[in-house]
Amino acid sequence: MQKVVWGLVVLLLIVHQDVWFWRDDTLVFGFVPVGLFFHASISVAASVAWFLATRHCWPASLEGEAPGGEAAA
Amino acid sequence: MTPLIIICCYLALLLALGLFAGRLSRGTGSDYLVASHSIGPFLLLMSLFGTTMTAFALVGSTGEAFKEGIGVYGMLASSSGILHSLCFFVLGVRLWSLGKRYGYRTQVQYFRDRLDSSGIGLVLFPILVVLVIPYLMIGVISSGAVIQAMTAGAFPELFPSDNRAIAGGVPSPIGSAAICGVVLSYVFYGGMRGTAWANALQTLVFMVLGLVTFNVIAHKLGGEETLLENLRVLGEAIPEDKATRSDMSLSKFTTYLLVPLSVGMFPHLFQHWLTAKSASSFKLPVVCHPVFIMIVWVPCVLIGVWATTDLVPPAPPLPDNPNTILPFLVKTLTNPVLGGFLAAGILAAIMSSLDSQFLCLGTMFTTDIVGHYAPRPELSQEERDRRDIRLARSFIIGIVVVTYLLSLLKPPSVFALGVWCFSGFSALFPLVLAALYWRGLTKAGAYAGVLAAAGAWAWFFSDAVGRAVEAGNPGPIRTYTVDVTLGGVTYATMPVLWVFLASAIALVAVSLVTPRPKEDTLAKFFGDSISPQSR
Repeated sequence: MQKVVWGLVVLLLIVHQDVWFWRDDTLVFGFVPVGLFFHASISVAASVAWFLATRHCWPASLEGEAPGGEAAA
Repeated sequence: MTPLIIICCYLALLLALGLFAGRLSRGTGSDYLVASHSIGPFLLLMSLFGTTMTAFALVGSTGEAFKEGIGVYGMLASSSGILHSLCFFVLGVRLWSLGKRYGYRTQVQYFRDRLDSSGIGLVLFPILVVLVIPYLMIGVISSGAVIQAMTAGAFPELFPSDNRAIAGGVPSPIGSAAICGVVLSYVFYGGMRGTAWANALQTLVFMVLGLVTFNVIAHKLGGEETLLENLRVLGEAIPEDKATRSDMSLSKFTTYLLVPLSVGMFPHLFQHWLTAKSASSFKLPVVCHPVFIMIVWVPCVLIGVWATTDLVPPAPPLPDNPNTILPFLVKTLTNPVLGGFLAAGILAAIMSSLDSQFLCLGTMFTTDIVGHYAPRPELSQEERDRRDIRLARSFIIGIVVVTYLLSLLKPPSVFALGVWCFSGFSALFPLVLAALYWRGLTKAGAYAGVLAAAGAWAWFFSDAVGRAVEAGNPGPIRTYTVDVTLGGVTYATMPVLWVFLASAIALVAVSLVTPRPKEDTLAKFFGDSISPQSR
């Protein structure tokens, strides 16, 4: 699952280079230019990908191990 | 006068919040500088988002969309949504863990320990400070300009001006001084806890007011009954070159992707990461940050491209400076109450970055210079805490005064420096990534990476300054690209690509041929409980 999640993040970075909508002025829902809509969707997809990352790739070992001191400042 | 009253009420509210946070202080250095690692998920989300979103998120995004079209969202916002969260996840959580375990308050402390080198602090410290100061000045200058523009007409006899857009407005040096004073007060008394609370409030303010402004401007420009009808009328009126990226360079767009990595080395963000109560506190910011960016940026980008349509009233004419498009539309299309609230929202975005930057510079001077070179081990913990707080406060006052005085000079190119500051921080990203995940990073490799980044940055920057001097204006500093010709085609690339590569290559190459770090050091930073494990 970890590989899938990190693959999703890489995929987002690849589709971020959306040459296919570069010169397309179609309006989605009649008011959002498709280039803007696509990138807004990337923002939503990024949140979903990071949600999966927090579920499946979270470094559990870091969770409760810090003693909470200012020992060696 | 109404906008001024609303701004004053908002600033008073912030002061009260800072003073209240100060009353909850435990009186320790840890509490003042990193809020005793007590910040939970919601406050961490709001403070991280508020800190990374400057005034640029509101006024700059609108102005850039006015100039360049909708492509600025992909170039600046959706990329940040992916990469800021990446930095929080990959760097923030581990740095928090190490910071809490070993008591770090600054990046320099961590790198000194990780690399077994006191000297790395002397190299990193000035670079980090020099990269933060222009960023601070942008905030101070912008706040004065916003107050002056939004209070124009309030005092026509007291503050006359030939420029109608600002005549009668509170002069920018007074506005900047008031903002510096308010930020200084709540940082001074409230420390990091006051800063985190103020950031949370300010983030809510600028997000909500951004959406309200979007709705009102859509109604005024569209002239239809419902929001959807207005949006459709406005959408159809957007010129083709603004609804697409036909005028934007694909290679510049691609190489800009490295700029958001700058948050990985922002010293003020590092300090916010350390405030987290637990590793789990990072989950909410990691997940919500991209959507929060969308909520703020999409309305601003749409307003920016709407301003290029024929639906904008011809009189008064749009201002020449794109960064004043949003305040101009609010002032001319809405009422003074909304104008006052939007001014408060823009100031909130500015102050939510300024406060963290002031506090982090104070912390760095206190910890990395005074604490490191004059540790005074004979003092008790309580005495050291009192000294740390006193020193941090003194340094913060000094930094605020110096930044304010520098801002009075109004250097013409300071706004053009923004992307250069970010590029400098991005070039240090390989250092922090390697320090956390690569046992093979050596002291010499780290020096090589930092010096290569600084050298390459200085090379490109001096070239850009030379072009600006030749042109007689700071424009070339802002628009500078490194043009590469391959197969007869010229590609415009952002200098961050080459500075980043220089840093990464030097760091890896030198690390591979120099002695490995001591085993004790590796055990300290890559021991079982620190090493990456996932469930």
